[in-house]
Amino acid sequence: MASVSIAQEPHASAGNTPIIESPMVEIDKVNLWYGAKQALRDVTMSMSKHRITAYIGPSGCGKSTLLRCLNRMNDLVDGVRITGTIRIGGTDVYDPNQDVTELRKRVGMVFQKSNPFPKSIFENAAYGPRILGVSNRSDLEGIVERSLRGAALWDEVHDRLQESALGLSGGQQQRLCIARAIAVEPDVLLMDEPCSALDPIATARIEELMLELKNSYTIVIVTHNMQQAARVSDYTGFLLLGELVEFGVTRDLFTNPHEQRTEDYITGRFG
Amino acid sequence: MRARHKSLWSTGEPFVWLTGGALSLALLLVVGLIALIVVNGSGFFWPRSVARLTLSDGTVVTGQIVEREVLPGKPHEHRIKLKVANRDLYGADFEWVDESRIVKREYPPDVAVIERTEWGLLIGTLREVRDNGQTVAVGSPAAWAEIRQRMADVDRTRRRIRAIEKSEIGAINARQEALRLQLRGLEMKGITQGPRTEAIGRQLTALEAEYQEQTARLTILRKSQTASALVVADGGKDKDIPLSQIIDVRFPNQMGLIAKSLVYVARIWEFVTGEPREANTEGGVFPAIFGTILMVVLMSIVVTPLGVLAAFYLREYARQGPFVSAVRIAVNNLAGVPSIVFGVFGLGFFIYGVGAGIDRLFFAEALPTPTFGTGGILWASLTLALLTVPVVIVATEEGLAAIPGGMREASLALSATKLETTVRVVLPAVMPSILTGLILAMARAAGEVAPLMITGVVKLAPSLPIDGQWPFIHFERKFMHLGFQIYDTGFQSPNVDAARPMVFATTLLLLLIVVLLNLAAIATRNRLRRKYATSAV
Repeated sequence: MASVSIAQEPHASAGNTPIIESPMVEIDKVNLWYGAKQALRDVTMSMSKHRITAYIGPSGCGKSTLLRCLNRMNDLVDGVRITGTIRIGGTDVYDPNQDVTELRKRVGMVFQKSNPFPKSIFENAAYGPRILGVSNRSDLEGIVERSLRGAALWDEVHDRLQESALGLSGGQQQRLCIARAIAVEPDVLLMDEPCSALDPIATARIEELMLELKNSYTIVIVTHNMQQAARVSDYTGFLLLGELVEFGVTRDLFTNPHEQRTEDYITGRFG
Repeated sequence: MRARHKSLWSTGEPFVWLTGGALSLALLLVVGLIALIVVNGSGFFWPRSVARLTLSDGTVVTGQIVEREVLPGKPHEHRIKLKVANRDLYGADFEWVDESRIVKREYPPDVAVIERTEWGLLIGTLREVRDNGQTVAVGSPAAWAEIRQRMADVDRTRRRIRAIEKSEIGAINARQEALRLQLRGLEMKGITQGPRTEAIGRQLTALEAEYQEQTARLTILRKSQTASALVVADGGKDKDIPLSQIIDVRFPNQMGLIAKSLVYVARIWEFVTGEPREANTEGGVFPAIFGTILMVVLMSIVVTPLGVLAAFYLREYARQGPFVSAVRIAVNNLAGVPSIVFGVFGLGFFIYGVGAGIDRLFFAEALPTPTFGTGGILWASLTLALLTVPVVIVATEEGLAAIPGGMREASLALSATKLETTVRVVLPAVMPSILTGLILAMARAAGEVAPLMITGVVKLAPSLPIDGQWPFIHFERKFMHLGFQIYDTGFQSPNVDAARPMVFATTLLLLLIVVLLNLAAIATRNRLRRKYATSAV
């Protein structure tokens, strides 16, 4: 892997394309169709290592679709067709020789609705490692503790790891899903509106957690909530009708948008 | 007026009454049915008192009162139905007596009700006990004392005879049959003499000697049973009954409530654990219970994987579209095909097709006697599995549809393959639904009779499908079944009147077994539900 350079502050860009140092994810001219309907149009962008990139935009603009391209979850949809290239850590995601499970090992995902398995807390966190073939009990215990600590959940659940994950509160469940995703130590963590079903306090905890996690992972988050994007992300992309209207350093995009449509959206004129 | 009508409807009150009424009616019907079965079935084992009636023309009738009804055309007069038993003496078990003809009704304490191995109950008074033609006791109390003293020995001998017939001689017969088949197999290969046939011949001779030895033991045991009891019945008839035929002697008119209750429990125990006698109209139904449960278990073992796998393909793998919808509708409709059609299919496909093929390949030396090419518990179970597979498919599919898609996505996103996701996440979550399907399938299978009649159920099976002879479980054997037993004793027995209480008792038992099987499955399902509750939020 190339040397990692962590810039203290993202550079502001001249146009609507920011300068991405050490890009982790590179999206190049991606088009996507669901049957005859085009959901993404010529999207090109890069995402920086150990940064949080947010996608904002109204419902149906394609931000979740774009996110799901990164770990090929769209493959599950019938009649989907994709052109363009996506590279993560230099490897082509849609290369026909690319093993999908290998890819998903490197690209973890957290969903909008918390979806813990109907198993114990321990088994939820240990699910990914078990799939990868870790079966030694003490190894698993170490991984579970590390990932639960990583998701700031350990202190709340360490004495009831064998209880059902469904007994946790909504916020705890979502943090368990994050723990489950980071247990396999992915390079990139995709988060699809992770806080939309949570109350403000649980949301604040997850946001705090994201800021910690970005030291170890490259995070991409889809959110409805512009304040959230403004609070946590380093870069923000605004999508509209499948088109990436504007992509820039978060502070710039929110304070000084280059595009009229971006300004209309963030000032609440539509959406 | 109109406005008030409208408001009554709009309150919804009449609709509530309508729905409530419909439920009450349904409950009433079910409770009524169960009550009828319970009352008729459980009364059968109660030792009723024996009445001795003297009629106006001087005749005396003794028997247990089983029914009382209004005389046809005379609304104020009744007649009673008396179980006089003594089928061998009177020719019929029951007699109707008009109450107007009765001049005296008494309950003599010395009337004995004798259960015996043949001819049903014997009701009469003990007069004497004889042994080898010598009278050893005279008068009811003395005779009873003598019989009671000898009963233990009689019982033991009877069990010994039964054991020799079943195990020793049964084992010899099985070995003889196996050797004969070996001989036949050699013959088919053109070997009719030589060291191997001679060896088999020697073994056969040895077995024949063993057989003679056992028969001799039987003869000795049978000859040792020389005692008999003389019983006097109404109408100047008497019966000299060998003690070896007596199972039990009771004096119901002397019994108190506790004694009767003990007899009641003992008779229920005999019913559940005993073997049938007298063309299934008496004795127990253990072979039928055994056959029913074994068949349901075999069916479950076959139907669960088959139905679950089919449902998984339909819901998890097949591309949803018109074809899959058509398959789904077809599967649903399959559940409505008359069961006899499945029976005919089972007969044609399993028995005449697969069974006959197995016989040709593996049991050729036994032909033309079929081994698997005739009805048997395996074929009956497979036929019922086909009959119930739609139920399991539908229940499993609905369970799969109810699992949130997010659960599968979460697993896939954690780099699990589709197979790993199915096995580790989907299967545990759908387990309660699978069990629901299995419960419904078992309930249906346990009560099904029509397809069994042509795929392996018999009125009287000589041996259970599981016994001590190698290979211990005999899939090709015919078996007995409670549902068929109900049909057979109720409608095919030569003495329907005497068999009727048995029918109710058997029905009650079948209901209980279905309920027990269901309760077991429901308990398992609830345990699993708690473990794998799927509601994620």
